[in-house]
Amino acid sequence: MNSLRGVLAVLLLVAALPAGAAIKVLATTPEWGALTTELGGDKVNVYIATSAFQDVHRIDAKPSLVARARSADLVVATGAELEIGWLPVLLQEAGNGKIQPGGPGYFEAASQLRLLEVPTSVDRSMGDIHPLGNPHAHLDPHNIAAVALGLTTKLATLDTANAAFYQQRGADFQTRWKAAITRWETQAAPLKGVGVVVIHRDQVYLCHWLGLQELAAIEPKPGVPPSAGYLAELVTKLSATPPKMILRNAYNDSKAADWLSARVHAPVVMLPYSVGGTPEAKDLFGLFDDTINRLLGAVK
Amino acid sequence: MPKIRSSLAVLLLALGATPCVTYAADDAAALRAELDALKQDYANRVGALEARINQLETAQSAVAVASTPPPPLPAAESAPGSGGARGGQSAFNPAISMILAGNYASLSADPSTYRIAGFLPSGGEVGPGERSFNLGESELTVAANVDPYFFANVTASVTADNEIAVEEAYFRTLALHDGFTVKGGRFFSGLGYLNEIHAHAWDFVDQPLIYQAFFGGQLAQDGLQVKWLAPTDTFMELGAEAGNGDRFPANHRDRNGLNGTTLFAHVGGDIGDSTSWRTGLSWNDSRSDDRGYEDVDAFGVPVENAFTGTARTWVVDALMKWSPNGDSTRRQLKLQGEYMRRTEDGQLAFDTTGTNLLGDYRNRQSGWYVQGVYLFQPRWRIGARYDSLDSGDARIGLVQSGALTRAAFPTLLSASPERFTIMLDWSPSEFSRLRGQYAWDESRLDERDRQFQLQYIYSIGAHGAHKF
Repeated sequence: MNSLRGVLAVLLLVAALPAGAAIKVLATTPEWGALTTELGGDKVNVYIATSAFQDVHRIDAKPSLVARARSADLVVATGAELEIGWLPVLLQEAGNGKIQPGGPGYFEAASQLRLLEVPTSVDRSMGDIHPLGNPHAHLDPHNIAAVALGLTTKLATLDTANAAFYQQRGADFQTRWKAAITRWETQAAPLKGVGVVVIHRDQVYLCHWLGLQELAAIEPKPGVPPSAGYLAELVTKLSATPPKMILRNAYNDSKAADWLSARVHAPVVMLPYSVGGTPEAKDLFGLFDDTINRLLGAVK
Repeated sequence: MPKIRSSLAVLLLALGATPCVTYAADDAAALRAELDALKQDYANRVGALEARINQLETAQSAVAVASTPPPPLPAAESAPGSGGARGGQSAFNPAISMILAGNYASLSADPSTYRIAGFLPSGGEVGPGERSFNLGESELTVAANVDPYFFANVTASVTADNEIAVEEAYFRTLALHDGFTVKGGRFFSGLGYLNEIHAHAWDFVDQPLIYQAFFGGQLAQDGLQVKWLAPTDTFMELGAEAGNGDRFPANHRDRNGLNGTTLFAHVGGDIGDSTSWRTGLSWNDSRSDDRGYEDVDAFGVPVENAFTGTARTWVVDALMKWSPNGDSTRRQLKLQGEYMRRTEDGQLAFDTTGTNLLGDYRNRQSGWYVQGVYLFQPRWRIGARYDSLDSGDARIGLVQSGALTRAAFPTLLSASPERFTIMLDWSPSEFSRLRGQYAWDESRLDERDRQFQLQYIYSIGAHGAHKF
């Protein structure tokens, strides 16, 4: 049945290949998907490979994703080896020369950024660390602005006919985004210096931006789940400097955070992490509005 | 030597791999293209400049924010626009990874007498392996892009007997468009589902019985593969392969033609956010000239027999993965099954080094397995597998003509081997796995084997990406 539908789809596609169709974009994560939509409007057709409820380190290279990579004109990825476990398979299997790394249809957000936590030495005994730096960079909105600039250029060079459209839309986004950043930074002033506990080190950029003080991580090492012994140690350690809250992403397991929460008497704050992580985080603006609202709610 | 066909294939390949064939069109088009290229170049440069300015701004504002409270952050930051500071010859080092594996086995039956009842022996990797502690195959993979057009990968396995075998050594195109990929060299055939999967990524210590009986473990081709992916949202892939047929169920024939021809089609997709699936149909045509195997005659005297003819195999495969919201780190159910059916048609020679009798041979054999593996909490998985084979009822000309009795071919006595396996594994990280497995194996003619195995798999070096 499905194959029949597939054959039909081929026929339809061949019949209806218009010249100036929207560029097909495969975005690896919801934040870059949302950004591409912001910048490209109806000139882009974005498919997002993952959701805010998935751990982007651990994604299956599903057949549906290979199929999307096959017809993509542009791949928008985080880079810095965040998607190393699955994106290479999609690019290999797709039979699509346009979207290979270094090619015209490949864009990495990390290439536009100054990453934090670049390890001076790498060894897997340190856990699942990222040799090129911490790739979870989108939770600092300044980074979104930097990526938006690069992505605008990419869209304009890929789709030259609409270059002016992308430049204009990109400039408009930068204006709105800068205004929003100012608003968020004013709202978030009470968060400066507030002590928090994180799960994985994927809130680093958020903490860095807002001046939250990261007291500890529930994962003893990146990607390594905590043992009972480590958690007990953490409780002792945190009794001296009690955190105001424990941050958890939409995709994280809540068990360890809840356990710690009961013992250090700090609430667990669930953050959307990416677009779609909470009902309020409908787009990039909503993502930061909701993140800051939730943080402020826990400080009061 | 008339190698016209193969040189034609190479020529076609080279043509296909050239990424931009410029058709000699009119000059206006060429000028326009040049102008466009210039425009793009400028747009690129302006974009790069803008990005740099913005990075500087970002860096400044980040410093401003950071200056108020002292957040406990390592100071290290990467330079934007670069992938870390590396240089010299080592910058072009390929990705190198090594898999270490080994096991402890406790087997109730003598592994040296293992043979799958009712099937012509493949000479491949069949059976549960040796008793006690065993060093498994250490797999060394070296891979990199050759240039903008090709990718190359070599996987060598170092065996416990101090031998090095080339498991895979292939090139693959990078720059082809419209869903085409061409692979050449030695590679695991794309037939079925498990055939392409390397041993370290199996869900059980050993291969399903059908793979052992029909392909001697895994079918590798020394040849060429062309794959085409349909431009649809539903995954649809068609593939064709041909090689020299050096491996079971074919054998080396010293001829120029193609052998081991394989065709396959795979379809796949998602059902909601939580379920994804893939299914396929494959066909393999393998020819053999005097493919020998050892047996005993009706009196128990060792003889050498040989098969000449064709073996055509159909494979149906299906795979489904389920995990809540697609988050496979906490819970995942993986169900898979494959069915194979092979028709062997040709001639069987009895006692090739002695009496050397020749007669017709025809047999239709089939088999299947189903397995389920469940990740019930992070890092822990449990699994079960059931294997079943039907050896068919071999039509042996020498027996039908009365020249020999059925007992002269003990290996080909009808049988229905089966096996049930359970396993539990624990993966402390993405790079290590420890596994326990217990199997009730009735794949021999008259002996039941109970197999207990403990296995370790470690992966060091470059982070490999796994197929679905």
